[in-house]
This record gives sequence, structure tokens and C-alpha cells, in this order.
Amino acid sequence: MLETIGVQSIEALFDEIPAALKITALDAVPPALSEMEVGRLLMERAARDGRPLNFIGAGAYEHHIPAPVWAIATRGEFYSAYTPYQAEASQGTLQLIYEYQSMMCGLTGMEVSNASLYDGASALAEACLMAVRANRASSSRRVLMPRAVNPTYAKVAAAIAGNQDIGFEPVDYDREQGRTLLDALQAYSGQDFTALVLQQPNFFGNLEEVGALSDWAHANKILVIAVVNPTSLALLAPPGRWGADIVCGEGQPLGIPLSSGGPYFGFMATRMQYVRQMPGRIVGRTLDVEGRPGFSLTLQAREQHIRRSKATSNICTNQGLMVTAATIYLSLLGAEGLERVAAASMQRTDDLVTALTRVKGVRAAFSAPRFHEAVLLLDRPVAPVLAALAHRGIVGGLDLGGSFPELGPALLVCATETKLDTDIGAYAAALSEVMTQSRAGAAA
Amino acid sequence: MSNIPKDLQYTQSHEWIRRLGDGQVEIGITDHAQGSLGDLVFVEVPDVGRRVKAGESCAVVESVKAASDVYSPVNGKVTASNTELASRPELLNQDPYGAGWLMRVELDAAAAAAPFLSAGDYANTLAEAAG
Repeated sequence: MLETIGVQSIEALFDEIPAALKITALDAVPPALSEMEVGRLLMERAARDGRPLNFIGAGAYEHHIPAPVWAIATRGEFYSAYTPYQAEASQGTLQLIYEYQSMMCGLTGMEVSNASLYDGASALAEACLMAVRANRASSSRRVLMPRAVNPTYAKVAAAIAGNQDIGFEPVDYDREQGRTLLDALQAYSGQDFTALVLQQPNFFGNLEEVGALSDWAHANKILVIAVVNPTSLALLAPPGRWGADIVCGEGQPLGIPLSSGGPYFGFMATRMQYVRQMPGRIVGRTLDVEGRPGFSLTLQAREQHIRRSKATSNICTNQGLMVTAATIYLSLLGAEGLERVAAASMQRTDDLVTALTRVKGVRAAFSAPRFHEAVLLLDRPVAPVLAALAHRGIVGGLDLGGSFPELGPALLVCATETKLDTDIGAYAAALSEVMTQSRAGAAA
Repeated sequence: MSNIPKDLQYTQSHEWIRRLGDGQVEIGITDHAQGSLGDLVFVEVPDVGRRVKAGESCAVVESVKAASDVYSPVNGKVTASNTELASRPELLNQDPYGAGWLMRVELDAAAAAAPFLSAGDYANTLAEAAG
């Protein structure tokens, strides 16, 4: 093909790009492997992970996924990653997205949901950009970002929205309670901010006093962006009721496997008054010319294929297949099933904290009520402890040292409904052993 | 042929300007513009008190086909905006030079007279564009 178009090498096609901008690291990509070789390589790599007992959450959660979820989602009628072109020809797909949107509105207590976004972190970035468009009382393009928000989300938001001239102001958390206090926000009263991000439960798993924080924001003409865990909404007050203007989050807990970090999906919902500022696709229910009900994409005039650079977003990927699985998951569980998942996860985490804090040198970090994650403080560095646990087939949690050095050696743990008493017992026993050994090691 | 009232001034980007005296102007989009957009479903007008600069996007008109920016032809402060359009965007299709007005702006004192088009010049522009 290169010969036909008169080019020496494939690199010659990229000559227009200045050398300084090219990434030479791609030269290290090895030559192509056959299907059999790739299959073998990936099986070997997967085997290295083993089947560890997993107690890490931090944004992606291991839940039981009923077998029908993916058996149905992978049927030929559904098995596509995208909303199809000529979307209206695929009424089944559009109906599924419409049902998904209705379920997300029900869960979040909001009036309108989009058809999903790329993932939770980029959904927050999109929510910040949306808030700038929606909050006409503010001209500052500044967003209050509590430190108790998932630090990866904060980084992604800064990377995407930061390049569009949006600034982020970190708000510290209370060391004893592990949540954002109204006092910390009151330092900003009377100043011009566009939005306040509130993660509920926050990154530490703790429940923020969202009502009071949200009221403060509105009194200061600041929009409230809620980042929520959809599972938790089966138990907690929906953000629509405590005053969120934009709700976003990670949809992975709803039937999507951990899969080494993706693909997942982001969700976003808002109030009707801001619908035209919301990025992404929206499916609406309508009547055709003969009065029969049907589904169509709606409010497309602000999307990138029409509005180009002035679109509400230029990264509004809709995760069609993941949304299909989530919709099936929610349909199968129903409100009651989801509530049982949430309550069991909360109980399991409570049991885990009780068991682990019996180990000498381990204590709970915070006093605030929590959902299904908790921070533990250790009397020694976390990394070697996690490494020793990994040897015993246990993924013990996330070392918070990198993002929250002020806490000292701190470990974020999570237990969902997938963990049995014996699993929690096994973790506590292994931790006790590791802590005793490393203490003996330190003494020697 | 679209309606182009003689007593108004125009821009290349299809806005019209009506001098109200007392340093204020009323601004909207032309009959040609509304015709090209088709049935409008949503109109977003600027908040009263906002300062606008000539050439700056100050309103959005949205039809089922497209959402387009409206640019302020002048420098000044918005003294009124047509909030009626929020619930009745069709007014802009029906009466672009009357009930479909978008905003009123108090001109900055120091503002030099911008080179707007007369009705005749605007008609020529449209004729040329139509080729």
C-alpha cells in the first residue's frame, strides 16, 4: 500500500508533525505476535495475579455480578460499544438507554440523566466544565475541590478542565473526623466560586454532612457537584434531595467487573434547568407520525457533530456496552436487591474494621460514620506490610502515603458483600502474623 | 426574499441594531438568520447587567438542527433581555424585528461608531452570498 501511494515508510506519513512533538517511546513497541502467541502471553500474565482475596476499593469495587447480566449483555442484539449511527434505527438500544437514564434519575433523585460518559474521573471533569457554563452568577471559573475527594479524580479534573482555564482550590479535611467541615468552607464565604465538589461517601469512605455543606454553597451562589457511589444510593439520601445541581460518578459497581481498571462508565445527571449545559447524548421518548411511542436522540444541537468546537463536550463517549450491563444488573436486583448489596457491604466493612483493629499496631483513623470503606492507621510503614500480605494471597488495601502523607502510615480498606466471615478472619490472621513478624524483625 | 427593514442597521453575522436614543440599542437576529436556522426550540439571552464586547458571543439560538452563537455588535452593558423567549422561542421566528428582540445594550460612552451595514448593503451581502 505504501508503494501504491509512493511513500517509503509509514513514518513518512507523519513527517508533518515536528520531531519535538513525536513520542519516540513507541519505537519500543515489539513486532507483531500471532493470535496464539498473544493468547499464551496474556494467559501467563493473568495467572501471575492468581486469585487473591481483595480488600481494596478506592473507586472500583468488587461486587457479585449475577450470571445473567453478562449472558444477556453479550447477546448479539446488545453487543456494541457505542450508540449506533442512525441511532433511531436501533429502537431496542435507545429504549435500553432510556431505561438506564430513568434508573439513574431514580437513584440520584435528579430530573435528567445522560446516556453515560467515559468513566467516573472524566465525568467529574465534565461536571466542572458544565458548572462553568451553567453558573451564570459566577465568572471566576474556580472550583472548590475538597482533599477528601478521590485524588485521582481531582488530578483528572485538573488535567482536563485545568487546560480550559479552570482553577481548583483544595479544601482540607478534618484530621479527626476524616471529612470536610463547614468551618473549612466558611473561610471562602462571600468569594466568587463556580462550584463545590462533594464526594459522598468521600474517598476515605466517610459520610460528609452534605446538607449543610450544600446549603453553604447555594448561599454563596456556588453550584454543587456531587460525586456519588451508585450502590450507596440504595441507602443514603439521593443527592437530588440534599441539593446537588450536578451528580456524577463511576458506574462500575453496577455489574461491571474490575478488569484491571476498565472499561468502566461514568454517569451524569442534573436538574432540568441545566439540561442544555449537560454533555453527552440523551435519549428521549416520543411519538412517531402515527402516534406510536418510540425513542430518539434528543437535544443534539449542542453536541460536537453539529456544534464543533463550541459543543458542550468533545469527549462525550457513551459506554454503551457497560451501560447495557448496568441496566440489566439494576433490573435484576431491583431497589430491594441493591439495598441488600449496600447494607451487606456496609456491614462487612464494619466487621473488617473490628477484626483488623484488634491486631496490635492497627487502629481506625477517623470517627465519622462511613459506608463501605475505612482508613486504618498502622504503627509502621504500609508498603512492606502490603507486600507481605500479597505473598499470602491478600490484597490488603490502598497505601494512602502518596496522596495523604500527613496521615502517617495509612491504609484504605474495603469489604463488599463478596467477603465472608472466613475471608475477614483470614485477613485479620494474616495481618496479625505479618505485624508480629515485622515487629520481631525490627527488634532483631 | 427576506424582510430587511430600512430603519435598522446590520452586521455581516446577521444581527440587527435598532437605535433607541438615550445611548441604548436593541439587538436581534435578522429574518434571514431565523429562516436559515428553522424552527427555534430554545433561546438563551444574556443576564441583565452583563458587560458585552463587540464580537463576543452573548446569546445562543437553538433549532432542532443547530445551536448558533449570536455576537454582540457593540460594546456596552446589557440593560434588558427578552426573557419571554425562554418559554416562547417561536416569537423569534414569527417576529424577528419585534417581539423576537434579544437584548438592549447601553453603549459605552467612548465607543466609536462601528461600521454597520445599511439595509441596502445587508441586502447586497445576502444576494452575493446566494450567488
